[in-house]
Amino acid sequence: MHPWERDARFLKKALKKGPPQYNVIVEIACTRSSDQLLGARKAYHSLFNRSIEEDLAFHIKGSERKLLVALVSAYRYEGSKVKEDTARSEAKALLNAINNGDKRKIVEDDEVVTILTARSKPHLKEVYEQYKKLSNKTITEDLEVELLLKEMMECLCTPQTYFTKIFDAALRDNANEGAKKALTRLVATQKGGEIKEVATKFEEQIEERVKGAYKDVLVGVLAKEG
Amino acid sequence: MATIDAPSQVSFQQDAEILRKACKGWGTDEKAIISVLGHRNAAQRKQIRLAYEELYQEDLVKRLESELSGDFERAVYRWILDPADRDAVLANVAIKKLSPDLHVIVEISCTRSPEELLAVRRAYQARYKHSLEEDVAAHTKGDTRTLLVALVTAFRYDGEEINTRLANSEAKILHDAVEDKKFNHEEVIRILTTRSKMQLMATFNRYSDDHGASITKHLQGDSGDEFLLVLRTAVRCLNDSKKYFEKVLHNSIRRMGTDEDALTRVIVTRAEKDLKDIKELYHKRNSVALEQAVAKDTSGDYKALLLTLLGKED
Repeated sequence: MHPWERDARFLKKALKKGPPQYNVIVEIACTRSSDQLLGARKAYHSLFNRSIEEDLAFHIKGSERKLLVALVSAYRYEGSKVKEDTARSEAKALLNAINNGDKRKIVEDDEVVTILTARSKPHLKEVYEQYKKLSNKTITEDLEVELLLKEMMECLCTPQTYFTKIFDAALRDNANEGAKKALTRLVATQKGGEIKEVATKFEEQIEERVKGAYKDVLVGVLAKEG
Repeated sequence: MATIDAPSQVSFQQDAEILRKACKGWGTDEKAIISVLGHRNAAQRKQIRLAYEELYQEDLVKRLESELSGDFERAVYRWILDPADRDAVLANVAIKKLSPDLHVIVEISCTRSPEELLAVRRAYQARYKHSLEEDVAAHTKGDTRTLLVALVTAFRYDGEEINTRLANSEAKILHDAVEDKKFNHEEVIRILTTRSKMQLMATFNRYSDDHGASITKHLQGDSGDEFLLVLRTAVRCLNDSKKYFEKVLHNSIRRMGTDEDALTRVIVTRAEKDLKDIKELYHKRNSVALEQAVAKDTSGDYKALLLTLLGKED
């Protein structure tokens, strides 16, 4: 299956399953390149005769609607050019929103959603750094309460952290089906260096805990060229 | 239908030579520029630029920018660019104004096809090293911003299918929002910025059938309300873009003095699309041909170019 088609199907499935699976939408929207995300949107048109944003906007009634629709609609600039002072003022704006607003409503805050869904990834990484300077904690720590936003920031700014969490959850003793599925999805859709680096840290656990075909896949990831 | 008259067989090299000759030495032969460029479609214009670059190691666009001036220069510059690049420039100019021309952003995002809008976004990034949505967001605020960002980031389904049940329910949602003046902005924005154009037209039709008046009529109101204005423009563009463009032309010519920006923009961006239909509509509604109105209100080389793009024979 073409990666775009696969992503479109993942998105559809996640939407169907509801809130517990919304992190899949975040994962796909944030870890794909701008063109890959666009490709997934095109594939979605072909497969389901609707746009992904139509379906998300129509079916999601909760506070995450704004964020998720904006996330899948993004076509982020991919250049490395970053303006430090803009990043700093946006870090400040985010800090304000987090400190002053009702923490549970942050996901609906227009300023927050706009900054996080329109800015380029390099810019957001800079915002992440600037935020650290302003607050004692990282923005992902401060967003503990809003899991979706937290995962979004991780995927955008520190994808390694996100991947590590997935590996960890899947390779634990009491790992459930969902956790294993998440790892399978990750391994099937992420390419190269970033995931290999994380997988290497779990080499021992993969040796010990995983069997059969699944193990072969994971070992394959470890062996892949970065 | 398009108005411009471009021959199918063209020698790009010859065209480049003519343009070179027109720009060389003292003064400029504007008529030659118009007679070539005014009769070339987008693909041909691109080839001419490439041929010119190869022959003379110079960017034709830059050369024309330095040779020409005023309204004529602005029109030629916009005309010669690739449609997506042109829209990117128009969007950027509109955003960066002290008081942003929000209707231009709405116009571009609502009257271009989904694929064309994507091309505009790519062209915008290539030119300005920012995404279009970033820049729109940075220069607007509140609900207006939410609406505009959603409009420019939309990648609507392009199919013909219509869901009647949905059209009914969403027409009702829109009506409730409009009636209730205290707009449920979120639902209105959701419907207008995510549904396919076909679906929206079905919804608008259902609205008029149910309420005896078009939704645009009901959206008339306080012209101080920026959100309402932007919303109304979006609905007009989505519902009947030719009617919208006719109105823009009408307004650009009618006033004391002419709004050359709007006049140029509409003629240049629609000449290869549906300017013919817009012309017919104009004639019907104003009892005078668009060419006549333009001829009366403009002059010189600017006028000559506009008339050529309108399909006037040399």
